[in-house]
Amino acid sequence: MDKNQILDAVQTIFRDNFDDDTLVITPDTTAQDIEDWDSLEQINLLTAMEKKFGIKFKLEDVRNLNNVGDILDLIARLSA
Amino acid sequence: MNMLTYPFDGGEILQKKRRLKKQLLTQDGLVEKRVAILSGSTVGEIQNLLELFLLDAGIRPLFHQGEYGLFYEELVYEDGTLKEFAPDILYIHTSSRNIRNWPSPLSTPEEADALLEGEFSRFSQAVKAGLALGCPVILNNFDLPVTRVMGNYEASAPAGKVRFVRRLNEKLAQLAQDTPNVYLNDLAYLQAVHGMDAFSDQTAWYAYKYCCAIEKLPYLAQSVAAIMKSCFGRNRKALALDLDNTLWGGIIGDDGPQGIQLGSETPTGMAYTEFQQYIKELGQMGVLLNVDSKNEEANAKEGFARADSVLKEEDFLCFKANWEPKSQNLADMAKEINILPDSFVFLDDNPAEREIVRQQLPGVAVPELTVPEEYARILDRNCYFEVTTLSADDRNRARMYKENYQRTAAQESFGSYREYLESLEMVGTFLPFDLEHAPRVTQLINKTNQFNLTTRRYTAAQVEGLVENPRYITLYGQLADKFGDNGIVSAIIGQVEGENLNIELWIMSCRTFKREMEYAMFDQLVDLCRRRGVTTLTGHYFPTPKNLLVQDFYGTIGFKEISRDDQGNRLFRYQILPDRQPLCQVIRQQTTPMKE
Repeated sequence: MDKNQILDAVQTIFRDNFDDDTLVITPDTTAQDIEDWDSLEQINLLTAMEKKFGIKFKLEDVRNLNNVGDILDLIARLSA
Repeated sequence: MNMLTYPFDGGEILQKKRRLKKQLLTQDGLVEKRVAILSGSTVGEIQNLLELFLLDAGIRPLFHQGEYGLFYEELVYEDGTLKEFAPDILYIHTSSRNIRNWPSPLSTPEEADALLEGEFSRFSQAVKAGLALGCPVILNNFDLPVTRVMGNYEASAPAGKVRFVRRLNEKLAQLAQDTPNVYLNDLAYLQAVHGMDAFSDQTAWYAYKYCCAIEKLPYLAQSVAAIMKSCFGRNRKALALDLDNTLWGGIIGDDGPQGIQLGSETPTGMAYTEFQQYIKELGQMGVLLNVDSKNEEANAKEGFARADSVLKEEDFLCFKANWEPKSQNLADMAKEINILPDSFVFLDDNPAEREIVRQQLPGVAVPELTVPEEYARILDRNCYFEVTTLSADDRNRARMYKENYQRTAAQESFGSYREYLESLEMVGTFLPFDLEHAPRVTQLINKTNQFNLTTRRYTAAQVEGLVENPRYITLYGQLADKFGDNGIVSAIIGQVEGENLNIELWIMSCRTFKREMEYAMFDQLVDLCRRRGVTTLTGHYFPTPKNLLVQDFYGTIGFKEISRDDQGNRLFRYQILPDRQPLCQVIRQQTTPMKE
């Protein structure tokens, strides 16, 4: 799966979780850009990604995720 | 298909929770409840999920959420915050992560006992402080620890953490049994259902301080919501059951009673037998069992006549085996039993039949049945009939409904309805609330929807608080007749305001509609008022989707309407005149308790 495919899949997850079919994310998107993206929702997003990509984040993985780009890199690394 | 019906997808619920909430909020007739959640570990998402499951049960929660990990401090050293919030129910979300002092391999049995007492005392103190808020308290029991340093020996050694948790859980069980208004949420069972390694996810704990895996949170919320809906009287009451390939394997009309699969001869037969046993036990809890099947009635009954059929014809209240649409049969049954269709769960192996019922009667619960070996589990895990208390009345409910049927049959042989009522030889017992009957009165208050003028709900503690309370006049009524005893079927709560009584609650079970029981209750109420120097009564009617039946009730017993607002709320007044004659002529009234 290349970066663009991962971005598409992650965007679908964001749209589902925030119930907003028009939401567009980029690697630069941060929690500041989406009103409902709080620490609670971050957990849900990550859980949904684990399921979608068939991966399991390690304790160290989920720290220091500062924007969507960090998440995409992490998924790319774990599903490589 | 309802996304919250088991088997559900925990991950999907988490993802679609915003959309789900929007949909659920569009329902009519939601009742508002104040729910306090106190934390032993993270509760954030649990609250959101609890909200979904409560909305699905018709309850709209208003939450108070405690600070992280402070359940004990916030309860035992209550600073007035909780009291001010005035919860209708309290949930203490604790887990074995909240056990502070565990035994170690060095602990002697005496030391382990002392540690056990210490831990138990902390949790029971929290519970008791919770009860002081005057509402039901739900507490988790403890999940088993995920590692056991001494291996299997942990299960027997007092110093073992596994044994420690099991002993602690047993003590909590006893606490819940001995203390009214305390309910255990069986976290240990949930952990077992999902498997410890999947449920007790270590990453979820270390990263987010959740006591279980994120995708298991919906199951936890479902379990807590089940207890809450049961406390608030929102359980289902009845089952409508298909027969062929639902209660036995095969088609009885084609295969004959000996050809159907039932009993211990075949694996499939055994699965159906065990499912019948499960249904039979639901009946023993007071769930009303009914047949809704496309069959010739005589053929259908032959199935239950088999010696190895656990269910017998007499276990059913309504037996509709015919060629009418099943949704029509179900609607008819609801009318005959005098409950609402949305009190029903419909079980049918045929997807087309399920779909028709879903479309025609959207309030009916219709779980997906797959294969017979899974039927009981699917029914079970949907928590439709969650039990929080089991009274003698629950156990007798099916019999009482059956007696009602006999009454209906008897009715046909009398020339007038009045003659019929007289023939019933009814005896009513009317008493102010007492502690002994407070649990039953509470249960009745919280599950009565039709004959309910104000639809106010009361907790057990609130009802107990009315016993011998000089500011209130309370009354409950029990009705017996020649066919049997209906138990307590009606209750009134009125607040004395000088010479006026403000009727806050008046309810009656649908079992005793049209028996003049409401008149008898009113006659007794007037007597009580006279003795207390009360000369006028104020009555309210607050409309709900379910209580249209009584919108004009006060008018029919002599009240005058004072006002009515845009929402249909009505205010009535009654003047007790010296020459008032009793309304009820057909119930012999007594005011000393009858034997249970």
